[in-house]
Amino acid sequence: MKIAVCIKRTPDSESRFKIAASGAAIDETGLKFDMDDFAGYAVEAALQLNEKAGGGETVVYAVGPDTVQESLRKAMSMGADRAVHLKAESVADGIAIARALAAELKGGGYDLVLFGKHAFDSSAGVVGTATAELLNVPCVTAASELSVSGGKGLARRELEGAAEMVEFPLPAVVTIDEGVARPRYPSLKGIMAAKKKPLESKPAQLGTVRVTVTKMELPPERPAGRILGEGVAAIPELVRLLQSEAKVI
Amino acid sequence: MANVLVFAETRNGELRKIALEAVTAGRTLAVASGGGEVHVLLAGAPGIGSKSGQLAKYGADAVIVVESADFAQFARESLAATLADAAKSGGYRAVVLGFSAQGRDLGPRVAARLDAPIASDVTELAVNGDAITVKHPGYANKVIMTLTLTGSPVVLSVRPSAFTAAESPKAGRVEQGKASPASGVTVKVTEVKEGAKGRPDLGEAPIIVSGGRGLKAKENFKLIEDLADALGNAAVGATRAVTDDGWRPHSDQIGQTGRQVSPQLYIAVGISGAIQHLAGMRTSRTIVAINKDKEAPIFKVADYGIVGDVLEVVPALTAAVKEARKGH
Repeated sequence: MKIAVCIKRTPDSESRFKIAASGAAIDETGLKFDMDDFAGYAVEAALQLNEKAGGGETVVYAVGPDTVQESLRKAMSMGADRAVHLKAESVADGIAIARALAAELKGGGYDLVLFGKHAFDSSAGVVGTATAELLNVPCVTAASELSVSGGKGLARRELEGAAEMVEFPLPAVVTIDEGVARPRYPSLKGIMAAKKKPLESKPAQLGTVRVTVTKMELPPERPAGRILGEGVAAIPELVRLLQSEAKVI
Repeated sequence: MANVLVFAETRNGELRKIALEAVTAGRTLAVASGGGEVHVLLAGAPGIGSKSGQLAKYGADAVIVVESADFAQFARESLAATLADAAKSGGYRAVVLGFSAQGRDLGPRVAARLDAPIASDVTELAVNGDAITVKHPGYANKVIMTLTLTGSPVVLSVRPSAFTAAESPKAGRVEQGKASPASGVTVKVTEVKEGAKGRPDLGEAPIIVSGGRGLKAKENFKLIEDLADALGNAAVGATRAVTDDGWRPHSDQIGQTGRQVSPQLYIAVGISGAIQHLAGMRTSRTIVAINKDKEAPIFKVADYGIVGDVLEVVPALTAAVKEARKGH
């Protein structure tokens, strides 16, 4: 199969964040960046689907500044065949990003286009689904299981308190939830090979950008809590506080 | 002055809590833009129109009812087309949905169809001249972003529990609408697997009791279930470690990569408080932690903590809660 995977590079989610002097970005000093977790699942899912199919091509795409090339190389070190970098400054408008990706993917002959279900930083989950709409192909969002056979895709989606099993024709866009596949670590051989794989870079055709980040702030700290005591002896006080102070039972 | 269109989410013929919260968010926006009307699109299988009254009670000036047998299941393409077409023909300033499994799927589809800017998982909104500004927690709730959206209409999906459903009766004029067909090939639902019955969903429950590795064994989740039963109307959650080990289904996972919840009461049992988990529950109103390690990071976010063996403390707490709630 010919599979495209659209990925993003995001800071390590375990980081402590600070706001940059501009007040509208995070301070990137000292932060570690890597391919976003959900994008990693999507790359792994694509590689496994093609391994199972016994061949095909996996192409990775990313929209962003030059630094995203690092994540594109990583995807190639995991096994993707080539990469396309659509150059743009950091963009908060998911529809504009989808526009750039759809323009690029259109006519690419892809059976499947995969995305992470959302990225850690923007936590918006817009780009994959919007890209599918612009390509006018079926889209399954937040798939936690995915398989392909006989030109048809099968997926599972977690709903609140239920799960939905779906079937869809290819070509299609699928956004990947955790659970589909654990990303492999690039092997040394893979890392060496990735250096020679083609990485094309060109400007992203974003069109008009209509969503901008105008401020970033850290959430208020929760007020310091109280340890009421040790063991069962503390229970009467807890129940009293839940009734009288928090008024929840 | 501008009107707002709200999507009323339903499942199995019932309105979901997020539908009424979205009406509140729609009202907030209509008021902020000078006092327009809130119109609600209520789409579902035949019979769904009977829910119009409830939407009126919670603030719908008008309810556009679209009944179609196709909507018995989540017909995502047709729903998105119907919502986008209603938005177009009504000249609305904004389309508001919930940031739920359905809304996450529909929002970007509608935005792409309308070629409209979209903001997801919105917790606050305001009008600034020609622009709409919203707050949206990103970076797993560690950074609050303010986004400015220009152009009209805009699509906004609102975070569950961020806006409060409140009775505020309005006329709720009922208009009959028509379903728009999907424009291309579609995703077919082959099966819906319903989860455990008898408990509210994690996103809707006012109380969540959640368990971690500190419970030591899968069987001990019974203690969590018992406490949830004693509290009444409580859901049961779990940490990633626990769902990875198969003690609980993946869908119960609360955290950065699982569900993000904001109940009135969150009881964390045997949970150390890894960043991954805190990202999913730190916006809960009241947090209780029970853990044997008094240095556990969970105590830093907990309003009330008990240091102790969960296998002893939890059954005693269950008994005390039952006693306190006698007569409920």
